[in-house]
Amino acid sequence: MQSNKLGWCLLAPTLVVLFFFGVIPFFYVVWLAFHQWNPFAVNPEIVFNGAANFRQLVFDQGFLASLGVTIAFVFFAVTTELVIGYALAQAFMRDFPGKAFFRTIHTLPLIMAPIIVGSIWKLMTTPSIGIIPQFLDNWFGYDLNIGQSALAAFTVTVIMDVWHWTPLVTLTMIAALVSLPPDPFEQAQIDGANKRQIFWHITLPMIRPAILATVFIRLMDALRTVDEVLMLTGGGPGSATRYLGVHIFKEVFPKTNYGYGSAVSVIVLYLTIVVCWLLFVALIAPRNKKG
Amino acid sequence: MQRQRPWLSILFWVLISFLTLFPIYWLFVISVKPAVDLFSTPDLILKSFYWDNYTEVLGDRTLRGYMLNSLIVSTGNAVLVTTLGFLACYALTRYDLGGKESIFFWMITNRMAPPAVFLLPLFLLMTKYYRIGDFTLLDTKIGLILVYCTLNLPFAIWTLRPTVEGIPKELDEAAYVDGASAWKVITEIVFPLARPGVAVTLILTWVFAWNEYLLAATLTNFNARTLTTGLSEYVTTTGTEWGIMATISVFTLIPALIVFSLVQRHIVTGLTFGAVKG
Repeated sequence: MQSNKLGWCLLAPTLVVLFFFGVIPFFYVVWLAFHQWNPFAVNPEIVFNGAANFRQLVFDQGFLASLGVTIAFVFFAVTTELVIGYALAQAFMRDFPGKAFFRTIHTLPLIMAPIIVGSIWKLMTTPSIGIIPQFLDNWFGYDLNIGQSALAAFTVTVIMDVWHWTPLVTLTMIAALVSLPPDPFEQAQIDGANKRQIFWHITLPMIRPAILATVFIRLMDALRTVDEVLMLTGGGPGSATRYLGVHIFKEVFPKTNYGYGSAVSVIVLYLTIVVCWLLFVALIAPRNKKG
Repeated sequence: MQRQRPWLSILFWVLISFLTLFPIYWLFVISVKPAVDLFSTPDLILKSFYWDNYTEVLGDRTLRGYMLNSLIVSTGNAVLVTTLGFLACYALTRYDLGGKESIFFWMITNRMAPPAVFLLPLFLLMTKYYRIGDFTLLDTKIGLILVYCTLNLPFAIWTLRPTVEGIPKELDEAAYVDGASAWKVITEIVFPLARPGVAVTLILTWVFAWNEYLLAATLTNFNARTLTTGLSEYVTTTGTEWGIMATISVFTLIPALIVFSLVQRHIVTGLTFGAVKG
């Protein structure tokens, strides 16, 4: 082995870059969260104000509304993706000609920029020019207006997310299903188990690790959804689709109240960590202990 | 095991593919339609092509500048990130560095944080502290290239590590015995063997940087704006130029679609951080 000094030298550039653009911003935002700082206010100095920012946060209706819709969005989007993704993966387990081709098409949305996905869905759902409202109006007399109806806007963001990310779930589920050994299934069939019993008692427990990993990844990504929603609805109408990232970008960032903005950022980061940690402790860790 | 009815499967997947492809097709349709036609009853089939939106986008100096910026930033970032990641992986797999597994884990966690959280600190740091005299990193391409490292470097390290690890150490050792320098070993022995993995990393990080919007929108004002931020500029409260917006979207989409076929099988592995092999 060569000297370790050289190893550190090779690692150093990476560490330096991550230090300046990952570590310092992190500690800086945490530090700012405990200070009052508004450079354009009467008193532009940075003043330590303890937990005042966080106290303000607890009663901030805008933030609480954003938190609520984010939870709803993440829940509906990830659940739907999981169900559809699993169903599609099962449909992929059969043999049919052109399988690779269909799989390729199905993967396509994954490489698309979130902002383009937002722009596509905006073009499709904006009242008077979008094809979906026109279609719904002509055929069912239903008026879909994402600019006015909170429910419509929320639903469209969920559908958009499902369109964009279900392929990821499908492909992870395929990977899990392909790796399953055939023996337990053959045994269960011999024993006369029906499809539902096989699903609940054999398939589900066996692909549980893959499901958890997928939920984990999707949850993290859904929590940070910004670009596509910003493009599609801009967070509106009202705060119906103002998810946490959008909230920071549209409400917190433009205001020059940097101390308070930092507190919001820190809380969002904290919540992300807590969610991941809860998921890890509750679902993934016990499995590792058993195994 | 099961009765197979291939035509039923094919029919099903044709339907699903239609759902996947229709929005993309519709984007293209809007981009080749004159503005007046948008408000009439939509035709599902294209009968004529109207290329004015394309000539307008390509003729627009500002948008051409944005395209160039996007190109420079994503290429710069992909090359930087892949180079740094490759060197870091070489260090991690070939040297016995104290606490290297913790360092590796820490580097990966940089990717986990929501970018929105870093908008404010990065903006403030880049205006106030990261400066040399009058030169600040804000609204510069180099600033954006460096900022994207937090997103892409963990990814590059994650995907390159197995590649570098898979190259037998005996090759290096033999070269060292022959008196080769570390630099020669890395560039002339390890790198050529790692080329396929490096290519995938390069392409995927390039796409990620090309697709990024949020940080570019916050950390640039005019000089370093990218194509994705240009797109959002066409959505205003007073009136959106739908045709132009669709056309810019098509331009943003094209590079991703081109590389799609090259890295298709690696996308899932990439997006799930190796948790699932695609």
